Amino acid sequence: MPKEYMTTRDIVGPLLLVEQVEDVKYGELVELEFPDGTRALGNVLEVSKDAALVQSFEGSRGSNPGQTKVKFLGRSLELGVSRDILGRVFDGLGRPSDGGPKIIPDKKLSIYGEPINPTARDYPDDFIQTGISAIDGLNPLVRGQKLPIFSGSGLPHQQLAAQIARQSRVLGVQAEFAVVFAAMGITFEEADFFISEFRETEAVERAVMFINLADDPAVERIATPRMALTAAEYLAFDLDMHVLVILTDMTYYCEALREVSAARKEVPGRRGYPGYLYTDLATIYERAGRIRGKHGSITQIPILSMPEDDKTHPIPDLTGYITEGQIILSRDLHRKGIYPPISILPSLSRLKEKGIGEGKTREDHSGLSNQLFAAYARGIEAKELAVILGEAALSETDKSFAAFADQFEAEYISQSDREDRTIEETLFLGWKLLAKLPRSELKRVRDEHVEKYMSEVEVAG
Amino acid sequence: MEQGVIIKVSGPLVIGEGLPTSRMYDVVHVGEERLMGEIIEMRGNTASIQVYEETTGLGPGDPIYSTGEPLSVELGPGLIESIYDGVQRPLDVLQARSGDFIARGVEAPGLPRDKEWAFTPTVSVNDEVGEGDIIGTVPETPIVEHKIMVPPGVKGTVKRIESGAYNVTETVCVLATDSGDVELTLMQRWPVRKGRPRAKKLAPVKPLTTGQRVIDTFFPLAKGGTACVPGPFGSGKTVIQHQISKWADAQIIVFIGCGERGNEMTDVLLEFPELIDPYSGEPLMKRTVLVANTSNMPVAAREASVYTGITIAEYFRDMGYAVALQADSTSRWAEALREISGRLEEMPGEEGYPAYLGTRLAEFYERSGRVICAGSDKREGSISVIGSVSPPGGDLSEPVVQNTLRVVKVFWGLEDRLAYERHFPSINWLNSYSLYLDRIEAAWTELVARDFKSLRNEAMSILQRESELSEIVRLVGIESLSVAERIIMETAKSIREDFLQQNAFHEADTFTSLKKQYRMIKVIMHFHAKAVEAIARGVPLKQILEAPVRDAIARAKFIDEKDEAAFEKMMIDIDEQLSSTEVKSRA
Repeated sequence: MPKEYMTTRDIVGPLLLVEQVEDVKYGELVELEFPDGTRALGNVLEVSKDAALVQSFEGSRGSNPGQTKVKFLGRSLELGVSRDILGRVFDGLGRPSDGGPKIIPDKKLSIYGEPINPTARDYPDDFIQTGISAIDGLNPLVRGQKLPIFSGSGLPHQQLAAQIARQSRVLGVQAEFAVVFAAMGITFEEADFFISEFRETEAVERAVMFINLADDPAVERIATPRMALTAAEYLAFDLDMHVLVILTDMTYYCEALREVSAARKEVPGRRGYPGYLYTDLATIYERAGRIRGKHGSITQIPILSMPEDDKTHPIPDLTGYITEGQIILSRDLHRKGIYPPISILPSLSRLKEKGIGEGKTREDHSGLSNQLFAAYARGIEAKELAVILGEAALSETDKSFAAFADQFEAEYISQSDREDRTIEETLFLGWKLLAKLPRSELKRVRDEHVEKYMSEVEVAG
Repeated sequence: MEQGVIIKVSGPLVIGEGLPTSRMYDVVHVGEERLMGEIIEMRGNTASIQVYEETTGLGPGDPIYSTGEPLSVELGPGLIESIYDGVQRPLDVLQARSGDFIARGVEAPGLPRDKEWAFTPTVSVNDEVGEGDIIGTVPETPIVEHKIMVPPGVKGTVKRIESGAYNVTETVCVLATDSGDVELTLMQRWPVRKGRPRAKKLAPVKPLTTGQRVIDTFFPLAKGGTACVPGPFGSGKTVIQHQISKWADAQIIVFIGCGERGNEMTDVLLEFPELIDPYSGEPLMKRTVLVANTSNMPVAAREASVYTGITIAEYFRDMGYAVALQADSTSRWAEALREISGRLEEMPGEEGYPAYLGTRLAEFYERSGRVICAGSDKREGSISVIGSVSPPGGDLSEPVVQNTLRVVKVFWGLEDRLAYERHFPSINWLNSYSLYLDRIEAAWTELVARDFKSLRNEAMSILQRESELSEIVRLVGIESLSVAERIIMETAKSIREDFLQQNAFHEADTFTSLKKQYRMIKVIMHFHAKAVEAIARGVPLKQILEAPVRDAIARAKFIDEKDEAAFEKMMIDIDEQLSSTEVKSRA
């Protein structure tokens, strides 16, 4: 029977300093009972000979030093998993919140996981067709990748994430899939959007949801993504499923981390975020990938809103250093009414080279995407020049690139949120747009590909 | 050995007491699981220990076992083709023991114990040998002949020497020394935080060819030199590091994946055994040692990983090899320092980094260099160190970049703007520099051609002019430029697109030899010279720009390495076509 202590000395924010403790371990799970009878879970952040620093996941409202009961449970925070978690909704600490029965666990897993051994990993190279040209054609997603969406408030990142979840499939393969969804600090409406979206497409019985809303305790958010990834690892590597994990919104997660760090009076790094933010984020993002000899995979799409659309803010910045690329949404495109407003030039998929090409998508994919990138970049530059000097100052070639850029945004990037384009359609569209440019300017595509695919465009008229 | 007890646990930092005879940087094992750690601070009778594994489950009262030894690595046959974590545990062995995920408390020696190596002695009984002298060799891989050396600090007469198949713990040689007989095995141990001894350090004079044109021609690194590659995310740092690991003309490559992505290490692991080294014709893995402490592996082991890596590099340098060491990324290493320093409650310096950040970085880079190795044959070895830096937000004024720039001699500044334009490698040619140009000039003359450096300088000045001119173009339009200036703009474009841009994923373009780089830059500059002459004769710009040879120049990167004739033909074509435009214009 675990001992109960009533020896709390200090309460600072979500932290409690408990004295005269015995035999407490670092990282141990703690149950707190406040004077009014409410219970909360916490964990041990620091332990010395006679005192333990406990972080309450559910805040400290209603607690006081003398009457709060603290019980150390002798294990770390765990999630009970079984196949039955599919189709269920949990709160941010992994307790069922949909009114359904308790999960009878197959096994209990520590939510902190263990790092995948780099020698056990298999390189992700299965192209995922999302049906979105701006992703499939230019920044393709592959199975086992972690590709975040950098967004800002008011931009349609939810629609985009939901569309990816709805349309994603691997060409020519039928495999069991699942979606794990973790909400951290988002509003009820936003969470409801995803839930009804999953319901509508009947994806709901393949989904596992962990929901921590804006009015739920902030510190609980620190556990939420780890709950979700523990469930994902079980589904992927024990049950051989292909799991898509959506984590939204990582910005609120980081803020919760900062709150705890500030309460501990730690030396802050940039903008008050703790110095270990990179390491902490890595222990979340790196829980994606494939393992040799296992059939399942974890593909991660974290969503984060950039404060002031600033890509150099510590959260997007550190995320970009860990993830394998990023999809950046642009407010300008959004204002122009273009959906999805994916800002092509700074977006990147690092794993694309191995996921595309002959045998994966098509031989011309790589060259074509580089050419489209370069041509669009040049078109944008020409348009900027035209703003300063007037359109008349542009050379004929520059004019054609400027026109290309407009058309590219209107036809290639833009599509409806219900439109599911095949990769062939996306590639065809790319060639069709390139056909308007002088052929001598197409330096990044191989001649034989120009011959072969440009003629298809001509045939199609 | 001494046994102490834990009194406090805070993340990767454990404080213990009851270790009176342990010293700073001694390795200890904590808890019943015997997690490995290192003493990094001692106050009174308490010791602060950074633990290389996850500390969940440790608590006050748990035991601490001291080893009385500093953190050391095992050096001997079996290093090549290995992949280690930050404290030299072989990851493949860990996988065999604990499965696909890295469990705690698994110990595994750095070198395989069961494997036998064919040892051929090079000394005989009664020979006098000293520190660094080679006593025999082991063919470790088809391209690496592992030289077995007398460990530092040992000197004596060969009393017995064996020959044949031995594992790393069996005695192959007995030396009679002043302090009695010393048995030597194929393996030695060395503490990672201390540089291995060498006879003398020399200035670097030879280029380290990487096959990357912007590096080799414009901002070359010397064998034994240091370079840093800073850049924001998405600017292609990792691709450059991988390209250098693949194509550098070093005999040994040590790659430290320090706090980076797991999939990148997997990429190296899967790709290197397939890729063929252009110099030896063998798979690249046969000359590579990997140290991988990915971002989600314990942070204290990340701090140790760069020392583990450079100690292995020094060991191969001591054999007389040219070693290239890459650390990706030193920023993650610095962050590990910062995290530990924060836990020790040290007074922070800039941006929370410890005040000793600069010293530690400098100490690390100073372990590079071209040296006369220890040993009586005065052989020469070198370590070139290339560190990538990941500045937050691409801001080069941050402490890690600034402290690195104080010690490195080559700076390859990556820019995301270039990456967006798909200009790869996205090394900015205007702010990058190399301080080795003068040192390696003689070697260039010998290896390539006398005019290589002057061609390079000329091309560089054209790029410089372009940046000035494009300011004008941006303000008042291209029409305001004179014809001569237009030619400069065109040549600069040609240098950028036809020379600097290089596709790492194109089989013909991924590697360019120095000779071919010379030929490529030569045709571009020759065209420029001829174009300037033609302009002086009054030939219209349009006709010059329409010369068919320009297409050939643009495709020069795809010409086969051996096809010298293609370049000679281009030179002739340039002469003909630019003089024929003159004829046409007269007509």
